Amino acid sequence: MSHPIYIALIPIIPLACFFVLGLFGRKYFTNSAGIIGTLGLLSSTLLSLVTAYEYFFVSGKINGVYQKIEVVKYTWLEFSKGISIDMGILIDPITVMMLVVVSFVSLMVHLFSLGYMKGETRFATYYAFLALFTFSMLGLVLSSNIFQIYLFWELVGVSSFLLIGFYFEKPSAVAASKKAFIVTRFADLGFLIGILILSFYSHTLDFGVLIERLTSTGSPFLIAINAASFLGVSALTWGLLLVFIGGAGKSAMFPLHIWLPDAMEGPTPVSALIHAATMVVAGVFLVARLFPVFAISNPEALQVVMYTGAFSAFFAAVIACTQTDIKRVLAYSTMSQIGYMMFALGVSKYHGEEGLGYMGSMFHLFTHAFFKSLLFLGAGAVIHMVHSNEMKDMGGLRKLMPITHLSFLIACLAIAGIPPFSGFFSKEEILMASFESNKLVYAVALLTSGLTAFYMFRLYYSIFWSKEADTHQAHHGEGTWTMKIPLILLAILAVVAGFAPISSWITADGNPINSSVPISFSVLPVSLAIAGILLATRLFKTSNELPQRIAIQLGSFYTAASRKFYIDEVYIFVTKKVLFNLIGRPAAWFDKNIVDGLMNLLAKLTASLSELIKGYQSGKVQDYALYFFGGIAGLIIAFIYLWK
Amino acid sequence: MSEVPLTHILFLSTCLFFIGIYGLFTRRNMITMLMSIELMLNSVNINFVAFNKYLYPEKLDGIFFTIFVITIAAAEAAVAIAIIINLYRSHHSIDVEDATEMKY
Repeated sequence: MSHPIYIALIPIIPLACFFVLGLFGRKYFTNSAGIIGTLGLLSSTLLSLVTAYEYFFVSGKINGVYQKIEVVKYTWLEFSKGISIDMGILIDPITVMMLVVVSFVSLMVHLFSLGYMKGETRFATYYAFLALFTFSMLGLVLSSNIFQIYLFWELVGVSSFLLIGFYFEKPSAVAASKKAFIVTRFADLGFLIGILILSFYSHTLDFGVLIERLTSTGSPFLIAINAASFLGVSALTWGLLLVFIGGAGKSAMFPLHIWLPDAMEGPTPVSALIHAATMVVAGVFLVARLFPVFAISNPEALQVVMYTGAFSAFFAAVIACTQTDIKRVLAYSTMSQIGYMMFALGVSKYHGEEGLGYMGSMFHLFTHAFFKSLLFLGAGAVIHMVHSNEMKDMGGLRKLMPITHLSFLIACLAIAGIPPFSGFFSKEEILMASFESNKLVYAVALLTSGLTAFYMFRLYYSIFWSKEADTHQAHHGEGTWTMKIPLILLAILAVVAGFAPISSWITADGNPINSSVPISFSVLPVSLAIAGILLATRLFKTSNELPQRIAIQLGSFYTAASRKFYIDEVYIFVTKKVLFNLIGRPAAWFDKNIVDGLMNLLAKLTASLSELIKGYQSGKVQDYALYFFGGIAGLIIAFIYLWK
Repeated sequence: MSEVPLTHILFLSTCLFFIGIYGLFTRRNMITMLMSIELMLNSVNINFVAFNKYLYPEKLDGIFFTIFVITIAAAEAAVAIAIIINLYRSHHSIDVEDATEMKY
């Protein structure tokens, strides 16, 4: 069975693009940077598709079970005989799926940006950053080693930081990029400690070995890690929870979600790539990667994942109903959908049919990537036209931008879970899995799916219906063909992606499972979604007073939701009032007065001493000769009288 | 013919040496300073030759060493005169008191 080396090229091509465009882009490729980046990504995407074909249809299966295959392995840093950091490429179903998703969405975004970012002064830099991000993300999904994934994890964070702060002249963009970086970095601290705990007890960093050692019953490593405990919780639970904190930070789970809405300051195609389809699902991917350990050895940690996911899904959906910035609505909707993926993992078990949640989660990740990036790119096209993010500046755009309108509608139907669009299928699997495992989560999920339909159609009507379009907005058309093609392609995928036989490809233990959901089960969620859509139609199709009245009726709850439940304020309070005043200020005082004081004292002493003796360097040759002879005379006297 | 005692020669060379030192410290003209240095070197040469003759007449080390010193002194004089010429070009003077820029 040969898995040729071309898989390694998939991340290397974007890396090469990054270096070429980053080093020479501004000088030599000011206009052709976009083309170069897009062509590079095109080749990566083709290779990904070939890899996926090879894996799923030709060589991935052994005895009907999809295998984890380590294609490349290279010892990078050896600590001791037993433990080393390797660089490798691990191919398994979720990796292959992520490869396709990441490279394809990235290609669409590259293509879209050709039109969207046209005329930017830092056009080449933008493409260099996009290439860097794509490289890191592809590297992340291909990692065979928990430390390697951590390296790429940080790289992804850095490129996200660079892209959010791309308009660095704007103070709000700078603030947003710092916020995103600091919050995710803070979460990554948890991830790092988690890695250390897991690898300390399992004596390896390699995913395959680590999972095997921590799941097989009676393995000495598993016994050791379960025996060790801290604050009454076993080391395994701690390790997994800390790893999950890292994942929650990247995936914007409550309460580490605060960076995601602000990250919308970046260029819109970037939001489509990073904050919708790829980077934010890295947390889900990480949990899925370590899923056997979660599911087999430590269901308690998985419970935490489940409740965090379910709460985030609902919480974000409520906020999304009240936001007026279209990108923020989409950001909260992303958070909500990722919550779905998380709790789907949380309700899942490892073996056979019970692994439905895992499969549903991956399926939803797959479909969500397409329709959510479509929504963001659609929003990008709208913003490009209207030059505003606010709903009140839009309305009636359906006639001005028919393609955007249609594709946006398809994406809204997909995310709302209306059959036969892709979101329906994946959401059904998740609902089914939670129904079988935890009724409370099921209820939350059901409610959230109704809310999802409501706020998505609120968004849709506010942009495309609501009122007559201002004619002065029509001074340029819908956008170049490079902006339309990605919308069309993604819209097609948003329709058909649900028919992909994910259940026979991606399952927790590699065995295909039967995932058909009875029609009677689908009735409730679909009718809820339709109810949400109808409500939104009633309230927002034509501009009227009703939404305003309802908002007043809801009173403080509405205000709280529109202010994002004051989570940002809580963070500000904790950091500014508590951390700054109680820890920061005393530390600063100590640094200024004690540490700096010591150094200043030393410097002053040296200065005054040199003031005393500097006269000896007079510049007169004969003085120097005199010192010299004086010295010699002194030495002679010393030799004669003191040398015994 | 009775030999000159060693002490006489040492007295001569000491005088020569201190005349050299005196010249080095009192003269401001660089050429005179150079000549003073030559005086000191020659007093050392006299010492070498005298000690060689009186203490180890069968060896030639002291005499060889003197020849070395004369050679080095010639080279040193060449270098010193080059420095003096450069100094004259830049300062229009060969007075050492005029060249005291290299100080604190």
